[in-house]
Amino acid sequence: MAELIATHPFDGILPIRHGNCAAAPFQPDAITSVAPYPGQEAAVSAALKDRIGAPFPAPGRSTTGADGSLAAWSGLDQCFVFGPALDAIDGAAVTDQSDAWAGIEIVGEDAREVLARLSPLDLRPGVFEPGHTARSLIGHMPALIMRTGDAVYLLLVFRSMAATAAHEIETAMKGVAARASLAT
Amino acid sequence: MRVDGYGRIDRARPLSFTFDGKTFTGFAGDTLASALIANGVALVGRSFKYHRPRGILTAGSEEPNALVEIGEGAATTPNTRATMQELFDGLTARSQNRLGPLDLDLLSVNDLAAPFLGAGFYYKTFMWPRAFWEKLYEPLIRRAAGLGRLSGQHDDGRTEKAFAHCDLLVIGAGPSGLMAALTAARAGADVILADEQTEPGGRLLSEREEIDGQPAADWVAATLSELRGLGVRIMPRTTVTGAYDGGTYGALERVGLHLPESADLPRECFWRIATNAAVLAAGAIERPIAFPMNDRPGVMMASGLRSYLHRYGVVPGERIALFAANDDAHRTAADLAAAGIEVVAVIDPRPDATARGDYRLIRGEVTGTRGRRALREITVATDAGEERIAVDALGMSGGWNPNVHLTCHMGHRPVWDDGIDAFVPPETHVPGLTVCGAAKGDFSTAACLASGIAAASTALSALGLTAPDIPLPAASDDPGRARALWQVEGKGRAWLDFANDVTTKDVKLAAQENFRSVEHMKRYTTQGMAPDQGRNSNIAALAVLADATGRTIAETGTTTYRPPFHPVSIAAMGAGARGKGFAPERLTTSHAASLDRGAPMIAAGLWYRPSYFPRPGENHWRESCDREVRMVREAVGVCDVSTLGKIDIQGPDAGAFLDFLYTNTYSTLAPGKVRYGLMLREDGHVMDDGTTACLGPGRYVMTTTTAAAGQVMAHLDFVAQGLRPNLAVRHISVTEQWAQFAVAGPKARDLLASVFGAPPDLPFMGCTETTLSGTPARLFRISFSGEEGYEIAVPARYGAGLFRDLVARAETLGGGAYGMEALNVLRIEKGFITHAEIDGRITAGDLGMAGMMSKKKDFIGKAAAARPGLTDLARTALVGLRPAVLEQPILAGSQLYDGSDAPVRTNLKGHVTSACYSPTLDCHLALGFLAGGRKRIGSRVRAVDHLRGSEVICEVIDPVAYDPDGGRMRG
Repeated sequence: MAELIATHPFDGILPIRHGNCAAAPFQPDAITSVAPYPGQEAAVSAALKDRIGAPFPAPGRSTTGADGSLAAWSGLDQCFVFGPALDAIDGAAVTDQSDAWAGIEIVGEDAREVLARLSPLDLRPGVFEPGHTARSLIGHMPALIMRTGDAVYLLLVFRSMAATAAHEIETAMKGVAARASLAT
Repeated sequence: MRVDGYGRIDRARPLSFTFDGKTFTGFAGDTLASALIANGVALVGRSFKYHRPRGILTAGSEEPNALVEIGEGAATTPNTRATMQELFDGLTARSQNRLGPLDLDLLSVNDLAAPFLGAGFYYKTFMWPRAFWEKLYEPLIRRAAGLGRLSGQHDDGRTEKAFAHCDLLVIGAGPSGLMAALTAARAGADVILADEQTEPGGRLLSEREEIDGQPAADWVAATLSELRGLGVRIMPRTTVTGAYDGGTYGALERVGLHLPESADLPRECFWRIATNAAVLAAGAIERPIAFPMNDRPGVMMASGLRSYLHRYGVVPGERIALFAANDDAHRTAADLAAAGIEVVAVIDPRPDATARGDYRLIRGEVTGTRGRRALREITVATDAGEERIAVDALGMSGGWNPNVHLTCHMGHRPVWDDGIDAFVPPETHVPGLTVCGAAKGDFSTAACLASGIAAASTALSALGLTAPDIPLPAASDDPGRARALWQVEGKGRAWLDFANDVTTKDVKLAAQENFRSVEHMKRYTTQGMAPDQGRNSNIAALAVLADATGRTIAETGTTTYRPPFHPVSIAAMGAGARGKGFAPERLTTSHAASLDRGAPMIAAGLWYRPSYFPRPGENHWRESCDREVRMVREAVGVCDVSTLGKIDIQGPDAGAFLDFLYTNTYSTLAPGKVRYGLMLREDGHVMDDGTTACLGPGRYVMTTTTAAAGQVMAHLDFVAQGLRPNLAVRHISVTEQWAQFAVAGPKARDLLASVFGAPPDLPFMGCTETTLSGTPARLFRISFSGEEGYEIAVPARYGAGLFRDLVARAETLGGGAYGMEALNVLRIEKGFITHAEIDGRITAGDLGMAGMMSKKKDFIGKAAAARPGLTDLARTALVGLRPAVLEQPILAGSQLYDGSDAPVRTNLKGHVTSACYSPTLDCHLALGFLAGGRKRIGSRVRAVDHLRGSEVICEVIDPVAYDPDGGRMRG
């Protein structure tokens, strides 16, 4: 029988810190996609609230459960649940996505400035608020972008692109840090 | 020379720099131009065509003459405006466009040949003999032409791109822009204020003026401080370069160009600014006067002289004269006199001109200049005759051109305003953009401040905000009186476009030779086509053209204004995209293990996949490939197939969804079974092929090719959202969730037995969900090699571990890892298709798969696939090819011809799509499409490769060259 050892896409790559920003791997227990079938939205939302304490999020939003689990809108009729692994939910397609994505948490005063070099999203504090989520781009990479705190952003990119994502984020962080050191 | 008590430079911080190898000193706050003037350097470059000595003309980004090279080696940047380059300690600058030293440029002989080098010279001269063009004329012209040189090396300097968003973008931070930003910020709008200068303030920093009873510079400082307090994002050193659709503006920021090169700080940043509204407060540019020999170093713009005095505390000489037909020149004279500089004379042709101070006023025109490398003397013509006056510098002003450029970037044209003799923005232009201040033709400071408030109020009401009641600061309301003065007749050339060496004579010649349209004149004379894009010369040139063609300026019109307003380096536009930055790299979980085994990686879309796994003693890829093929045929091989698209499809209507997507039927597929399927585009051609497994009732996993994974996912999104939105089905990509490995060969079963602890009990085209080492796993029995084949999928985190384990076990069984080359040979031997075959023009029938198109149900592409052209029996169809002389390779891409037909297009019978050497059959093999298809089996064709000069006689065979009945893979 084989003995399998788990590896994480950011092993040996993250965490990094430049200036006042840090990027670290984001590793929830599981990432599960939940996609209600037509007409099942309310029932699935109720079931989700029952399971994790958070209802199905509105487009572009996320909801948080009691145990810190997070349900983030991730596309048309679909959300990603970050937290404990989910079993099947009646009326919805439930799919394990835990290993499909590489999660990065960017924290720091200039986190928004770093993201402005990578994403075309309007991330102004009053526009993209904590609890907001968007499917967009990080450089040329498809991504799920979430704001989870005042200066905390969560990015999910394809697992295979983890190294490129970390490199591009680090380049942006270095540039922002170099600018900040000019100003002082 | 420096003027004590003037300038915004820091005299406590001297900076050392070199120009053409000579060391000079300037101060913090200087530009290269102001520091050169301070050091008495008048000659800074050579002109484009005639290589005439040139000096600094302006103090702004429109500078046409003082273009220099900055930096060394690979980091050299040519065509840098000395007027915009801020001084830093250790700056190295060089003059350009010269052969030999600047003061003795060998190409200045061109100037002697000037009578022969007029407009259209190239068109008229380099016509014949024809063969001379490429070999002689073009290299000659290229050697002599072009401003600046590229290093020819990769420049590793950092540049970046970024996005910004705001409610209101204010372009320009002069009096109008500052006032607009203040009005909007007080109303609560989110404002970006972009200005191309180092210090915001615009002309207010270049003039002796008061606002609200305080020096203008103090008012600027107070206003900036309030703006910062209100949260306005002030972006200095940022030129807004273009207006685009949807409220998007391009802007170039000079981030680190004013500092020595550093590793992390970008030199420039190209911004894309998305805004709900914008205010253009870009000011105006003073225009030169085309008088004879007006291009000598020392002839400058009158406003530039004021900028140099007030901002940098420098003047270009001790004796200065001015020439203008407006009050602006008098303003310069008064400022210079106040600073203790000798104003030799102000030459003003207006009968009603009055002096504004104690200096000599001459009612006349400047008709000539003298001085070899710098201005020494001017000739002035009056009613009384000619007079020569000794001067060090001459300031000129032909009036002002509003910077209307951005308003015209979406196809609009400016309109002529007779009142101010200038073009102003049209009534309607870029949506959401409001113009104010000098850019609109409001020239007095008071008018600028008022128009800034008005423009911001317009923008605010569009944003749904209320403009605050804001008092208008007290300022001068005198715009000065002016009369248009475009050109002065006289002996000698009068320059319009300094950068491209275009004179009034060239424009007149263009008109005379019937290039009367302004667009034709531009192209005939090259006026406006230099790095300054005619910012100094366009309006004067068309005024001269209007005069020469007997039309008004309004009738003559302007050329087209296009972005960018200011040159943008390609490095900034493509920031971050060099080398690996060009595209993301997708790495499989087995990437490191493949590299450890020495596998060269090849790109498959964005993915990197191992080409082959060389073993000691193997010196050529074919040796490794042949060995890997034999390994799979005789023992067992392991290959990472994770890059194939995997789509999880769930729901009560999943079967119906698949039936609609695929040509064949899936709703009848039992759990635990896999089926091969073909998917068409709506136009009836094959989109992709692959297998879909049924894991349980209403649970499927679809496999796509690596190449079409994205296309198929987008297709499914479209079908689910647009065509069948009512189906109770959902799909999501799981390509990256599962690492999947093919295990193929007669010993595949043995290998799996050792991995799972028991041999798999799975029929051909079966699948099962199982566990491996306590983790969920999926096992499929499918084969792309023709051997007994399995694919094992585990969550990607275990991919690296499983790959190493499988390969190690395979090696103990006499097998090992195989790469893309062997995979390709194995599938060609079996006649399996890839996107080399399904290239977008191929039908199911062409592939011999017409039988897979169900007659019992509808599916995407069914109707279109029945079109006559797609069912034509004369179409080519898939066949196998084997060379008549077995060791002769067939080249992929070859064209197929019959018998002794000439190898020309009209005789074409098909083409070769894939080719390989088959170690199994010990011959070369190929797949291709041939008219007549399988009916031709047994006959011969010629495969001709016109590019590589190869011709091979081939025998047409069945596409499945190896194990045609499939006994090996069924086991």
